[in-house]
Amino acid sequence: MSTNSPLLHAKGVSISFGGLRALNDVHLQLNHGEVVGVIGPNGAGKTTLFNAICGLVEPDTGSLELDGHKRSWPKPFELADLGIARTLQGVGLFPELTVLENVMIGAQKFAKTGLISAAFGFDVRDEAELRNRSINALEKVFGTTLMHRRTDTLSYPDTKRVAIARALVSEPKILMLDEPAGGLGPRDIEWMNNLIRNLTATMSVLIVEHHMDVVMSVCDRIYVLNFGEVISSGTPDVVRRDPGVIAAYLGTGAK
Amino acid sequence: MNQFISSILIGFSQGSIYALMALALVLVFRSTRVVNFAQAGQAMVSTYIGWEVINRTGSYWLAIPIAALGGAILAVIVQNFLMRPLSKRTSEGAIAPVANIIVTLGLLGVLHSGAAIIWGSEEKLLTSPVSTNGFKIGENVYPFSATDVLIIITSVIVMLIFAFIFKKTNLGLALRAAAFQPEISRLAGIRVDRVQTIGWAFSGAAGAVAGVLIAPGSYLNPYSLDILLVFGFVAAVIGGLDSLVGAAVGGIVLGLTLSFTSQYVGTALTFVVPFVVLLVVLLLRPNGLLGGRSSRNA
Repeated sequence: MSTNSPLLHAKGVSISFGGLRALNDVHLQLNHGEVVGVIGPNGAGKTTLFNAICGLVEPDTGSLELDGHKRSWPKPFELADLGIARTLQGVGLFPELTVLENVMIGAQKFAKTGLISAAFGFDVRDEAELRNRSINALEKVFGTTLMHRRTDTLSYPDTKRVAIARALVSEPKILMLDEPAGGLGPRDIEWMNNLIRNLTATMSVLIVEHHMDVVMSVCDRIYVLNFGEVISSGTPDVVRRDPGVIAAYLGTGAK
Repeated sequence: MNQFISSILIGFSQGSIYALMALALVLVFRSTRVVNFAQAGQAMVSTYIGWEVINRTGSYWLAIPIAALGGAILAVIVQNFLMRPLSKRTSEGAIAPVANIIVTLGLLGVLHSGAAIIWGSEEKLLTSPVSTNGFKIGENVYPFSATDVLIIITSVIVMLIFAFIFKKTNLGLALRAAAFQPEISRLAGIRVDRVQTIGWAFSGAAGAVAGVLIAPGSYLNPYSLDILLVFGFVAAVIGGLDSLVGAAVGGIVLGLTLSFTSQYVGTALTFVVPFVVLLVVLLLRPNGLLGGRSSRNA
């Protein structure tokens, strides 16, 4: 539990799909109050790394430590209790449900009623508490006015807010954002950057991002992946000047 | 005019039973994408449980909740010990789309013979607690009876309970979320496996109530609810197969169609009409009467 040990530390992570090596001996460390970015060209393995931490794919090798304690790779439903919340690249909202309902789904860990008694309709009180927590989370992203709209009627930037509210409502220690700036215009990106910086008061943030600008301006440290390997890591300044990174991003031909 | 009104009332009473069966099929389909042919068998076994309750206590009122509970438990057993392991093994390859169908059909056969061994194949009678004689107005007797009133009220209560759970509780939210997008629900912390099991339990209970309600109007034997499966399917497809509201509407539409056909055309067409309705709906509105996205509201 010591605050000196990293919040999350993944070591030696390798994953193959069939014959394809998606990740090879990747390490990743996230400290308290840090914003860490994972960048790299398409297909570099960024989302696969996220999926491994979230239990969507099981690594062939590698180990995971949370708060200094070694543990097995989590199952997806355990994430909320471990204090990990994640947004998805494709936003991943339920179009059939309202904004508020979407956020409430992220608050499941606060439901106290067991499923059996819930089946008899005894969880009305849960519903009220989850609703309040969800409204609070929506306030953090300035989304309360959207509360009763179905999410398939929202603008794209608004769906991103809702997705973040759904992650925040579980009060995570680690917030994982998969391409938060993807598809956003400059004004919304600015808004997103401010939000991410404000969040570090209460949590650490791990970002997978394609957008160099976003990562450079908001992250404390950056890992660069290419073809499933970490080719560089460090502060934005260090990474920016790394010739290997420049080559990976611009293609080997460009100098 | 009176014949017209009584057709409507009979349509609603029969239709609400079909609606319950359709609800049972839809609950399973949307939570696990299984078309459950064994639903008729599960409802039949649950109805025998209801018959046992009536035999021992004399109370039809007690038979309804106990049969529902029995149906729910049976459904949980079927899902946990048969369907879930099966779907984990057969999720890929040519077998994937047919494995469920073959297994639920096989299970229907097992339940048929199991019931015949336990209860015999002679017909049992479930006596309705209220009159099955048609209401009399003046000289005329109409086919609509106090039992029909009982059927409608019970079905409406069951549907209101479902509506409340799905719309107003956190469990209902989890049920809807897990049905729409299981993977995202898992990431959000929903125990999708458990939620699916509860979907099956609700389905088993709904099918059981349908069985106990239809039995007083006919006799009960191991095969007598198979026709209810057919009507339930037709109703579910009319409603879009994915929608609980659609299942209820589909049941009523089918009930009304059947009732009007038998009142004005003749009972000989009873088995033809559902398929005509089904064909027309599939040709004109393949996603059901409430098709499209709005059908997934509940």
